[in-house]
Parts: sequence; structure tokens; C-alpha cells
Amino acid sequence: MSKYILELKGITKTFPGVKALDNVCFQLKPGEIHALMGENGAGKSTFIKIITGVHQPDEGEIYFKGEQVVIDNPNDSKKLGIAAIYQHATSYPDLSVTENIFIGHEYICPQTKRLLWKKMNAKAQEYLDELGANFESTTMMKALSVAQQQIVEIAKALSANAEVIIMDEPTSSLTTSESEDLYRIAESLRDSGTSIIFISHRFEDMYRLADIVTVLRDSKYIGTWGVNEVSNEDLIKAMVGREITQLFPEKKRVLGKEILKVHGLGKIGYFSDISFTLRKGEILGLTGLVGAGRTELCQAIFGIHSYDKGHIYLEGSEVEINHPSDAMQLGIGYLPEDRQAQGLILEWGLEKNISLSALDKISRNGWLNKKEEIKIAKRLADKVNVKARSVFDLAKQLSGGNQQKVVVAKLLTADLKIIILDEPTKGVDVGAKSAIFEIMTDLAVQGYAIIMISSEMPEILGMSDRILVMREGRITAEMTGEEASQERILEAAMKKTA
Amino acid sequence: MSSVNIQTEKKFSLQTFFFQWEWLLLLIFVMINIINAHLSPYYLNTFTLLDATMGFLDKAFIALPMAFVIIFGDIDISVGSTVALSSVVMAVLYNAGVPMYLAMLACLSVGLICGFINGILIVKFKELSAIIVTLSTMILYRGIAYIILENQAAGGFPQWFSFLGWGYIKGIPFILALFAVTALVFAFLLHKTTFGRKVYAIGNNAVASRFSGVKVDKMKVIVFTLTGFMTAVASLFLTSKMGSTRPNIASGYELDAIAMVVLGGVSTSGGKGRMIGVILSIFIVGLLRYGLGLINVSSQIVLIIIGLLLIVSVMISSLNIRMGKSKE
Repeated sequence: MSKYILELKGITKTFPGVKALDNVCFQLKPGEIHALMGENGAGKSTFIKIITGVHQPDEGEIYFKGEQVVIDNPNDSKKLGIAAIYQHATSYPDLSVTENIFIGHEYICPQTKRLLWKKMNAKAQEYLDELGANFESTTMMKALSVAQQQIVEIAKALSANAEVIIMDEPTSSLTTSESEDLYRIAESLRDSGTSIIFISHRFEDMYRLADIVTVLRDSKYIGTWGVNEVSNEDLIKAMVGREITQLFPEKKRVLGKEILKVHGLGKIGYFSDISFTLRKGEILGLTGLVGAGRTELCQAIFGIHSYDKGHIYLEGSEVEINHPSDAMQLGIGYLPEDRQAQGLILEWGLEKNISLSALDKISRNGWLNKKEEIKIAKRLADKVNVKARSVFDLAKQLSGGNQQKVVVAKLLTADLKIIILDEPTKGVDVGAKSAIFEIMTDLAVQGYAIIMISSEMPEILGMSDRILVMREGRITAEMTGEEASQERILEAAMKKTA
Repeated sequence: MSSVNIQTEKKFSLQTFFFQWEWLLLLIFVMINIINAHLSPYYLNTFTLLDATMGFLDKAFIALPMAFVIIFGDIDISVGSTVALSSVVMAVLYNAGVPMYLAMLACLSVGLICGFINGILIVKFKELSAIIVTLSTMILYRGIAYIILENQAAGGFPQWFSFLGWGYIKGIPFILALFAVTALVFAFLLHKTTFGRKVYAIGNNAVASRFSGVKVDKMKVIVFTLTGFMTAVASLFLTSKMGSTRPNIASGYELDAIAMVVLGGVSTSGGKGRMIGVILSIFIVGLLRYGLGLINVSSQIVLIIIGLLLIVSVMISSLNIRMGKSKE
């Protein structure tokens, strides 16, 4: 019998164009709470999906209780006794707690195939009592708070006889006291011999709960430490300490006068009290964890969403933006995060995609001038160096990086002053990344003001003249490119709520 | 500068040229004419052919804007009821002493308003799909028509009004001449203007269109209002042809109009289709009905045949899409 309940060795997983996991190892003892940490995109999610059978590793071995196993699908992992609880509970809101707990493994009368609801309700209540829940097993799922739904998820894991429970950012939407309840439950599960893999961005979760911590970075295994043996600084260094390569062009721009001023902008539930300024020729990095409100803020400035409070001033005069077309008229462009769903019409050729945001430029009194369209498309596609055979190539045929360049070309059709880029390098390879950075620098030199939303530390540090850090809908830090460091940014992004 | 040279010339490919839905439609169109000619010795006669068009072209005025609606990925099934309501309003006003031209204007206005209401509801209540909204207004508009006229007929229109449905200009039926002009306008609108480009953009990806500054909601309201207006035009022709009106006229018009559009190669999932296909299929459906009428096929059987034609055409077009996909 192995001393580990779950052991993964040399796990490698490649998706088209991206190595998501590179030779990752992990060991989990029975009755242990093991924290898994790393930046966004470090490979944590893929790693969890390997354990739960959503993805299969290209290389590497998985041992469960000392025996080598193959986990081909989520059912296999369930049978082994592995359960995952996700950030957003994946429940059925219109069913009862009992139904949610027993879905997939109901008690069925062997003769009549009748569902034994009484028995299930009683058993569900037993689990809930064990977990100290303050609601009945017959309650509708949608009547519960997020914290209560998580307790149901844990009960579900128990009912499936899970010996390994994975919790993926369980505390991210809980209040402090709810988190405390969750800690207590996790501890009692540990004491009864269940192993827990705990993923969190919050250091306090880890210090409060975990015995041992494993760090992933850039798809690689960095190390495993006892929680009490490692300092906060060392841990942060382990999480972010990669070398910044020559990916970024030199910053030698002259900043112009102030062009955008946002004052006290707020939208209930998304962001509040946001004030900042932006100058011509400046690249302003906007960072923070996923869900900190960065995208919502920028989409409010672009007119996709409304805001409840505050003012936006453009070149000194207040403006009102109710629709993206208003923003574009004023000279504000936005490159959306999800280029396939929000930026492009995949079934269309480059020429139509590029001209869509500038139809009035290629038309007279509403009549399209297709020659002009092709000319503009060709000029802009060349400008951002799109690699395509012809301007009629369909957007869906291009690689991710080239698609992104087409979306950038689209922005350039309008007479913009301010360009907001939302995760401009998401899912593109290194070559395209450096090309996009070069374009950005070019644009800034030409006098465009740029806001770049990014979760990737190196590009925030490498590109920005000034950096804003957001957490939970507020700006928690502002620093210049020179004074910024990964540690400072991470601290501001993850700082414990007072 | 850039080392890659992006071509700006479209390469002509025989395969893509012949791999178009419209060729199949043309084939069906020719076949129907051959069959009809065999069924009736009088069919291939200019007068008969022109006369035949008078029978079905009223619906065609609905099919044209319906193509825009379906390219959005939406649908409007309230058009049959709109025909009835606008027609009934016109008849009642005329019989109450309102001059005919004003009553006709009222007819067009009612259509416009019905379409506008559809558009506003669809835009304001995004959780309701167009089919649910127009299903409700289909019942609503028909219901109002019944309240206004009860289950009676109204007519007695002036003599000149019948010109719309039955009149000729220089040997060409007035309705055919007007349809030709209107179809041309709609084809240009869809293919040659920024308006048409935006319609396709919204049908393909409404979110990306909005992010690109296209006023999606405004476009939808305009197109649904236009559909209502054109439906009222169809109502004028139908009422003129019949000489009187009832609240139950034009039932099933929505299905014929939608069938014409879908058979014409416009995908119900939005974003695809051309006006030429729609125009061809208007004549296919119309002449098919005419031919079946020549051999006294009952109207129920006609519906079955049109239904089958629709199923086959949808099947072929989905096959088309799959073949196109597998080529990549």
C-alpha cells in the first residue's frame, strides 16, 4: 500500500499550439489538505481536469492508492472516489437539495425501479447535519446562498463516497464568516480521513487551512512545501518568478496631454468609485484577478454596459456613452476579450470583417463601395501584418494570432484616439504576442492612448507606462512602470479585505 | 514592409460557381414549368403565365422583407393576421365614409404599426424569441380584426380599387410590374447597401456586430416595421383581388411566405441567403400551386406537397453545409 492516495507523475498535456501542462508531479496523502497555487493560466484548471477525467494526459502516469489507473472520463474518476467542487456550483436550481445530491446515483427499489425518495431525503439530511448545514434536504436548490450550495456539493461528494475532494476557488464568492464555516467543514472532512485539494488565490485560505502547498507556473511544476516552512515572499516568487524575455519593445514614447478622465465611475455589483486619467501616447496597464471588474469597467466606458454613477470626460468635456457606436464616434475603440464571439464574424472574409466597424467610410449615401472596402482592408491587414492568402480568406481559417490582428485592424478603420485592449494576447503564441506588442507600441508612438487589460504579469510590466490594479471592483493600487514589481501587483490584487 | 502579399483579386472557381443553391432552384423552376405545360395545353401562353402570377404575387410582397427577418435568425409569423387586420380596418373605414385613398393609407399605417410593435417587443424582451412574440401578436392582431368586423364580410370598394389586383399596364399585370420594381429594390438593399451588410452581420453574430458599433436593436425594429408595412401592401392587393374582406382572410400566409424564403436558400439559423434565390422560389411555390390547381388537386394535397418540398430543400441545404464543412 502506497503512502499516497493519489499520485501523478510526469503529466504532460498539449492542446493545439499550447503546452498546458509540462511534466507535472503531484502527491496527495490520505487525510491531507493540499493547496494548489499559481497565476491565472499556470495550468491549475487543466491539471484538475486531468484528475477528474475531463482531459486525458498525453504523457504521465496516475496512481490511486498505489495502483496505476487510467481516467478516461469523469465517470471513471467518480468511481475511484474523486469529486470536484467548482467555483460556480454546477447544480440544478429547480430541483431539491436531495435530488441534487443523489443525481446519477439514486436509490432505486430493485423490483419496481421506483425512486426511494423517503430514504434519499433522510440520507441527504444526515449528510447535511454532519456538515452542520442550516437548511432542509427538501429545499429547492435555487433558494440557497452560494455558500449553502457549496455545502450541497460537498454532501454530493460524500454521497458518492469520495475520498479525494477537489475544491476549485470555493471561497472566492463567500463572505468571511461563510469561508470560516467552509474551513471548519474541510477540517472535519480531513480529520475523518478525506483528502482535499484546495485551489485558491487567497493566501489566507492557504495559511488557515492547508498542510502543504504545490505551486505551478507556466504549465510546469515548481515545487511543494510545507505551509509552515515557506515564507510569503518565497511563495510569491515561486508563483510569478519567471524571466521576462525580450518580448517587449523598448519604451521610448513621449506622453502627450490628458485625453480621458474617469471620475467616480460605479456600477452596483461590478465596480465602484473608479477614477483615473489617461494621456496621449500612454499605455495604461489594467490588471487584477479574473473577475475583479476590469472588463465590466472598460465595457462601460465603451458603451456595452451602462454605469450608475460617475462621469467620463474626453479631452476636458463630459461625454455620455450609451452605445458602442457613441464611443466609436467619440474615438474610443475596444478590442474584446473573446475575439471569436465578440470580435469577428467567423464565416466572413477579412475584408468584410475589417470594414464592419467603418461602414460609413466605404459607402456613399448608404451604397457600399466594394472596391474601396477591399483597398482599406488590404492596407490595414498589411499594416498589422496579417498572414493570409487573400482579403477574402474567411476569419475562421486564420490562426488565433492572425485573428487577433484582424480585430486590431478593425479598430484602425475608425478615427480613434483611445484604444482599449482586453486581454489582447489571450491564447496566441509567442510570435504573435510580440507582433501585437509591436503594433501597440507603434500606435502609442503615433499618439493613441491605450488601455490594456491583462492578467499576465510580464506583459503588464513589460508594456505599461502606468499600472492600475483592481480587486473586487475597486482600484487598489496605481504605480508607474518603473516602480512596479510583480510582488507589488500581486499583493494589491490579492490583498485581504480589511 | 510586409513580406506576405495579401491578394485582392477573387479567384474564379468553376466549382464554387456551380455549387450554388440557386442553380438547383432554377432547375426546379424549369421542371415545374415543363410539368405544368404537359398538364395544360394552354399553360405556355403569355397571357396564362401573366395571369398565373396575379394569383400568388400578393404573398411575394411579404416574402421579400421576411427574407431580412430570417437572415437575422428571427421569424415573423404574425404577417397573416396583419394582412387581415389592416384589410378589415380599411374596409370598415371606407364603409364609414372615409375616402378610399385615406382608407388605403390607414391600411398601410396599421401594417406599419403592427410591425413596429413586433420589433419593439422583440428588442425589449430579449428573453422572448421572435417566434413567441409574433405568435402572441398573431393571435392578438387576428383577434382585433374579429372584434372590429365580427365574423362578417365587408366590401363595396370603388371600381378603380380592383385595378390593383386585376389591372394591366401595357399588357403587364400591375402587380407583376410593381413586384419587379420592389424585388429589385429589396435585392439592392440587401446586397449593395450598408443596411443589408448590417443585416447579414447581425444574423451571423449579433454580439460582434454590437461591439463593432452596429445598432442591432434599431436595425431589428426597422426590419420588423418594414415587414409590417409590406404585409399591408400585400393586404391591399389581396383585398383588391377578392373585392371584399373578412377577418379570417390570409390565414396560412405566414407559412407560404416563410416557405418561399427558406426554399430560396435563406438559413433559419441566420446570416445566409440571397435575394435571387428568394425571388426564384417565390415563382416556384406560386407556379407549383397554379399547376396543381390546373389538375384540380385539392388544397390540402397542395399543402402536403409544399411541405414535402420544404423538407427536401432544407435537407439538401443542410447536406450542402455538411459537404462544405468536410472540405476544410
